[in-house]
Amino acid sequence: MMGHATPLTGFLLVAALLFSIGLAGALTRRNAILVLIGIELMLNAANLNLIAFWRYGPHPEALTGMMFAIFSIAVAAAEAAVGLGLVISIHRHAHTTDLDAMNRMRG
Amino acid sequence: MSVVFYLLAALTVAGGLAAVMLKNTVHCALALTVAFAGLALFFLDLDAQFAGFAQILVYIGAVAILVVFAILLTKGSETPKDGVYSRNWLAGLAIAAGVFAVLGWAVLQSARVLPGPGGTPTATPEVTVKEIGNALMGRYVLPLEIVALLLTAALIGAVIVAMHEKEGAK
Repeated sequence: MMGHATPLTGFLLVAALLFSIGLAGALTRRNAILVLIGIELMLNAANLNLIAFWRYGPHPEALTGMMFAIFSIAVAAAEAAVGLGLVISIHRHAHTTDLDAMNRMRG
Repeated sequence: MSVVFYLLAALTVAGGLAAVMLKNTVHCALALTVAFAGLALFFLDLDAQFAGFAQILVYIGAVAILVVFAILLTKGSETPKDGVYSRNWLAGLAIAAGVFAVLGWAVLQSARVLPGPGGTPTATPEVTVKEIGNALMGRYVLPLEIVALLLTAALIGAVIVAMHEKEGAK
């Protein structure tokens, strides 16, 4: 770590690394469920950023960052439910979750 | 930088890497749980107890189980014959590496102006669940209601999308 690094820098770097790992997973995997896992990792990395900025910001008693993270968790849960429902529905029609095999719009 | 931070960072990043790199999809879901747990511990380390326990309940308790259910319902645990990575995986990896380079560069460049100079955070905020509840019922009541509506819509939508269609209904 750099000499002038604050703890916040470390948290931000971990969040950036986790975001990139999730992005790599979402872009490189074939299985649609694994793509959703990558997206979940990216959302979680953003939550870590929010909490870290809340903790090291000038006004932690205002709870803004924490509230943002809690709402983000709720929205991510809704996203996961709908996304996995779509994957199951696509699997029922196309009998695959391989994204490279899904190359037509017609069901 | 404490030892706890490095341990948690190693755990979380290892879990994240395993979640996107393992061949067996069920193993990926388990590694995802490890990454979620590491993030929850990060939240607890940052004095955000409520967010940490919400993370454990929502992600480890619900999302990871949902992922496992989806894997089992789609027979996704069978490893495909032609590899687990997409045809253009190299481009995806390059994009992700580029994004990390840009983000890391930006974070390191802005290290001097970030809050918390000298590595000392501001005084530990005394945040009780009561205060969070008051904030949710006061200042954040409109977002709370919208999230409630969103969760209801998502619940109904997910059930309708994934519901088994009757034969001949197409």
